[in-house]
Amino acid sequence: MLNFAIQIAFAMIALAMLLSLYRMVRGPDATDRILALDTLYINTIALLVLLGINTDNSAYFESALLIAIMGFVGTVALSKYLLRGDIIE
Amino acid sequence: MIENSPYAFLLPLALLTAFAGVLLPLLAESHGRKLAAIAAGAVMAVSLALLVPLFALVVSGQTVVVPVEWLPDYGFNLAFRLDGLGMLFTILILGIGLLVVLYAYYYLPDKDKLGRFYALLLLFMSAMLGIVLSENLLMMVVFWEITSLSSFLLIAYKSEAYESRIAARMALVVTGGGGLALLAGIILLGQVAGSYELSQVIAAADLIKADPLYPLILTLVLLGAFTKSAQFPFHFWLPNAMAAPTPVSAYLHSATMVKAGVFLLARLYPVLSGTDAWLISVSAIGAITLVYGAYMAMYRDDFKGLLAYSTISHLGLITLLFGLSTPMSVVAGVFHIINHAIFKASLFMAAGIIDHECGTRDMRRVNGLFKLMPITATLAMVAAASMAGVPLLNGFLSKEMFFTEAVLFTGFDSSHLILPVFATIAGILAVAYSARFIHDVFFNGDPVDLPRQPHEPPRWMRVPVEILVLLCLVVGMFPARSVGTLLATAAGATLQAPLPAYDLKIWHGFNLALVMSVVALAGGVALYAQRATLIRWNDKLPSLNSKTGFERLHRFMAAQASRILAWLDNGSLQRYIALLCAFVLIYGGWASYRNMSLSDASFSGASSSPIDIAAMIALAAMALGTIGTTLLHHRRLLAVILIGIVGLVVSLTFVRFSAPDLALTQLSVEVVTIVLMLLALYYLPQTTPKESSRLRVGRDVLLAAGIGGGMALATYALLTSPFSTISDFYLQQSVPGGGGSNVVNVILVDFRGFDTLGEIAVLAMAALGAHALLDQLRLLPPKHDSAGRQWAQEPHPLFLRMLMQPLLPLALAVSVYIFLRGHNLPGGGFVAGLVTGVALILQSLAGGLSFAENRLPRSYPPLLGLGLAFAAGIGLVSWFFSRPFLTSAHGHFHLPLLGDIELASVIIFDLGVYLVVVATVLLILSELGKLHKGEQT
Repeated sequence: MLNFAIQIAFAMIALAMLLSLYRMVRGPDATDRILALDTLYINTIALLVLLGINTDNSAYFESALLIAIMGFVGTVALSKYLLRGDIIE
Repeated sequence: MIENSPYAFLLPLALLTAFAGVLLPLLAESHGRKLAAIAAGAVMAVSLALLVPLFALVVSGQTVVVPVEWLPDYGFNLAFRLDGLGMLFTILILGIGLLVVLYAYYYLPDKDKLGRFYALLLLFMSAMLGIVLSENLLMMVVFWEITSLSSFLLIAYKSEAYESRIAARMALVVTGGGGLALLAGIILLGQVAGSYELSQVIAAADLIKADPLYPLILTLVLLGAFTKSAQFPFHFWLPNAMAAPTPVSAYLHSATMVKAGVFLLARLYPVLSGTDAWLISVSAIGAITLVYGAYMAMYRDDFKGLLAYSTISHLGLITLLFGLSTPMSVVAGVFHIINHAIFKASLFMAAGIIDHECGTRDMRRVNGLFKLMPITATLAMVAAASMAGVPLLNGFLSKEMFFTEAVLFTGFDSSHLILPVFATIAGILAVAYSARFIHDVFFNGDPVDLPRQPHEPPRWMRVPVEILVLLCLVVGMFPARSVGTLLATAAGATLQAPLPAYDLKIWHGFNLALVMSVVALAGGVALYAQRATLIRWNDKLPSLNSKTGFERLHRFMAAQASRILAWLDNGSLQRYIALLCAFVLIYGGWASYRNMSLSDASFSGASSSPIDIAAMIALAAMALGTIGTTLLHHRRLLAVILIGIVGLVVSLTFVRFSAPDLALTQLSVEVVTIVLMLLALYYLPQTTPKESSRLRVGRDVLLAAGIGGGMALATYALLTSPFSTISDFYLQQSVPGGGGSNVVNVILVDFRGFDTLGEIAVLAMAALGAHALLDQLRLLPPKHDSAGRQWAQEPHPLFLRMLMQPLLPLALAVSVYIFLRGHNLPGGGFVAGLVTGVALILQSLAGGLSFAENRLPRSYPPLLGLGLAFAAGIGLVSWFFSRPFLTSAHGHFHLPLLGDIELASVIIFDLGVYLVVVATVLLILSELGKLHKGEQT
């Protein structure tokens, strides 16, 4: 049952990633694209967690954790850039 | 013959003392110039004193050889040798060196603190000593090069004068170029002989002379010797080197620099001589130089220039004597080395005194000094008479030996006439220029319009000259008792054969040599009397000014070199990369066309479960990101965002293929890169203009497709071909050898720790480079964003600030955790450093630079140093346990509270890596952040 659910979840995440990519390509604004990148980060986290459950390997969770921090910092930096130009002032 | 004695260690010690002493005058300088002079003199005296106990051994016919193992695997040892020839030169170098030290103290102006002068002089002296005390020939070449370099610095001592700089450069080009030839010659010699140790090379002499490479070896070695000894046609640097202060000339052109060339001839005499090639080339060059130098010396108006050409001539004489290759001519050559050093050093010093007192060296103005400075004049006249070969003086004895050899030599022509006539002509010319020096400077009327009123120099300035002139007399009158032993030992070592029978005395009875001497003396005086006619005649000859010629050639070559350089290296990065890619494509394509086959490729593992569908989509995202970055690179912000996708998917790939360390690192690097690019982008245009032509874009697309496709093919070929890797070894050795189960980390900090040390050093250097470039730079920030909108008002949104603060301890805890477990589980110093860096960046993002500055160290370079010190320090610790650098130790410990724990010494190393990474990230980011100081305008 779990296995089946995981397969479905994978398919849905794949779809979500495709949609994020679509937004990334279409834009139209830089804001849209930053959001798309951030969403992609979140999709990735989900993907890694699913992989972790699927293979029963906790190393994936750590990677997911790190992506959470790093993705956040990246998004903050990009947003700050749009707002103020100077990200460390 | 070769024997070790309990005092043998003194030999390397003396050389070490000399080199270590180079710094002493610089240190002593601040306590006055006198102390600097004393320090220099003391270094020379101590070196000499250390060698004296060995002299007795050498005189008894032994050769002291001291091998010090250095790189035995490569056949390179620091081998030292003291034989008769080395002893003679040691005495000349250190003896005359001491006199020069004393002389220079009075010669150089009081405002000169002398520290630099004596340091350079000692460096030169040490290198000379190294040449004459080397057993290993490669080592000798190294010292040879040091003499070229240090003489360059000595000749250019008055570096504010243009003349000195040109002269020094000329000397360096000629002698340094010769040094390169010598290096090549010695390497070939060592290859043929099978060893670079002089004793073994001498033993292999017959083998070398029979080798087809012998002519090449001889040519290269002679190039080295002739350039150093200023033999025709390489002589021109020597007269120009007179731009040096006179003590330098007195040292370089009497006992040392130029004598290194003839020393080399003497040193390799047993190895290379005895062939027609040696006989003809060495004696012909020597003879030409002998007469040419003497002829040119006659026409110098500058008395120092006269002495310079006379030096060239006398070096030609010594070269000629070695060229003749009879045992007796070698004895004469060695004897003349001694005599020339003594009288020429005293003449240069006397010339320096006269120059010092008169303020000019022009013999048309410096006249009649005998009345004004009778003692100096007498000394100089005795030395000049010795140079001319007047009986009862040392110069006479060796010249007489030369004449005897010239008469006896039968190698050139059946009538035995060429050489004696040549010798007599040279003798006449030598007498003529010596007569000119004596008559013009000390008599010939009164001084003409001198800048200074000359009188006797300070008492101690004259002492070195007095000592040397006394030696001229003693050797001239009691040759056998004064230098008999020294000469016999040195000549024996040169010949490496029993000495011929000879008799060192003044009176050999009436013979042809005596007749030649008398003819030379009378002819020389007569020639000088006719000088007016001669000078008129000489003036009609085309004059070749070597200095302008050399300078013109030098400029021409420099201009050509920069033109070629500008053509090859035009500063365009695009062009470099295009050329590199084209080269890789052509060469790599050709190589793989010949060696590679993809036929047996099989790729397993393709399936179509939803997991792989997700993976495929991720890969598609990466491709999209890559292509998008390329297409959109003109819009820079978008390119940065798209590159974010690429980084993300690459790290996902690492996760998927079980490389969690790489994934963690890639993620952290990714975000640091984004922050870095955004910081820089603030000050840069938001778009890249389109500059490339269509043709060029087409070319670049082709190149990029070729390289990318090639890489893909190569990767595919590599993945599908069976091969065994080194990874199995690391996997097996990780726990027993490195004490950690995370192989990646064990490789980084243990197995390949030296690599990592190099890498963090590079990282630290890059950070320092960024620091140096950006530290004082302040840029004007743009007023509004690219669309022309005003920037937001709030620099640090409260919401973000509040959210970030609790995140810091959490992130730091994560980094500590990653760091500590790194040896056994994914993590380590590098990742931990990046995580810490990112955590701190986040604080700066939210709270601003001032927030970070108030809480973090103000200056990061010390932190870089600390990190490197940790990493290198723990490596050094292993030396105390007599293990190689960076050997690790690990063990199992039971600690209270923590329980059983496996600890490895490399954790300190990893801490160094951590510190360097943190400091680098923070340094570069804070420098970039500080670029914009002050108000937005």
